[in-house]
Amino acid sequence: MPDSQGDIDREIADIATAAAKAVAGGEPEPEHVSRDYPPYRSSVLRHPRLPLILTEEADTELRGPVFGVTDVTELDRDLTRHHPGEPLGERITVSGRVLDRSGRPVRGQLVEVWQANASGRYAHDRDQHPAPLDPNFTGTGRCLTDDEGRYHFTTIKPGAYPWRNHVNAWRPAHIHFSVFGTAFAQRLVTQMYFPNDPLFRYDPIFNSVPSESARQRMIAAYDHDLSSPEWSLGYRWDIVLDGPSATWMEEGR
Amino acid sequence: MKPTPSQTVGPFYGYALPYPGGGELAPAGHPDAVVVHGFVYDGAGEPVPDALLEFWQADPGGGLDGEPGSMRKDQVNRSFAGRDLVRFTGFARVATDADGQWAVRTFRPGATGPGRVPYISVCVFARGLLHHLYTRIYFEDSASDPLLASLEPDRRATLVATAGPGGTHRLDIHLQGERETVFLEFR
Ligand SMILES: [Fe+3]
Repeated sequence: MPDSQGDIDREIADIATAAAKAVAGGEPEPEHVSRDYPPYRSSVLRHPRLPLILTEEADTELRGPVFGVTDVTELDRDLTRHHPGEPLGERITVSGRVLDRSGRPVRGQLVEVWQANASGRYAHDRDQHPAPLDPNFTGTGRCLTDDEGRYHFTTIKPGAYPWRNHVNAWRPAHIHFSVFGTAFAQRLVTQMYFPNDPLFRYDPIFNSVPSESARQRMIAAYDHDLSSPEWSLGYRWDIVLDGPSATWMEEGR
Repeated sequence: MKPTPSQTVGPFYGYALPYPGGGELAPAGHPDAVVVHGFVYDGAGEPVPDALLEFWQADPGGGLDGEPGSMRKDQVNRSFAGRDLVRFTGFARVATDADGQWAVRTFRPGATGPGRVPYISVCVFARGLLHHLYTRIYFEDSASDPLLASLEPDRRATLVATAGPGGTHRLDIHLQGERETVFLEFR
């Protein structure tokens, strides 16, 4: 019999209880997901069981690829202008800064986004969710961060969508983000969520992040000052890249 | 500051992240070009058809100043223009195919310093993988590399590509299981 939402809820709750106990017992609040997170069924066979090997001797990983104006076009950041017509849905502006762990801006680096349309459907052949495709929305965008580490996208608020993890599994609305730091070891792929989504508590991917404070760092804030009158609603979301301490000492590029 | 947590790349990155020529760091037919390839497997030994791999490496002289232009865009119609193949960018990105296989055409990286053993750094993403994994591709086993030297022979072997015919080098990535790849962290 396929798993029910109740089965998943219990697993999520049990793991959360164990995590809370560990923190109460003096362990530090975990900052990242556990790759081994059985409520997300696809993770079961796709995470290493052996511990990661700590590498002191790295040089290649402390540097990283460089992107420039040749790698993006000005239009790439406006996902609402990639087709002749206007996409359907709620137009939004998403902006924020990419920072390293010491708060310095990550300059001139590539930010890529992809997302479902307003109905919760990806422009991807394997997405068979019976919600309409929007001929005026593909849902991919890119930009380079500016001198303050700022990125900026204009897009459409994505819809929630169902998936097959368990019966009645629905992903909270999210925008996928891919971010480069100045070191390859700072690479990040994550998802930006929207405030107060009622689906948070049911979603094993969102809950794979074991602490409440860390989960909050994936949720954008509605920012009225970022809204454009009679045009779009604004969301602000800053991204902090993790990375080896050696990268914290280097001058930001 | 506290880092933003990682989340899986999910199943639908395929129309956003991979791009034409993403695995072609070296021009086809170049006498020094090598093809590095392999499969990605899960813990049941099944190939993973929805993994995304990124590669970052030194140039043949050992330089780590990768040039821009890995994802060069046509500024007129927004399509991908391909690398100019004059500048070496050091970065490649490929998705595994339906068989779980990937391939990159590149130059062998040079040593980044005296006594350094060259390698390609690899970052692995996949549906089901909540946080990317780092590993390396070495072209030969060497006791002078501190990482290789610190590993038991069977673990070490997961990082060293096997030379094949025609300048090919194969390395399979096992996310889990008996032949699990050595994955790295940096602090
Ligand atoms: Fe998604």
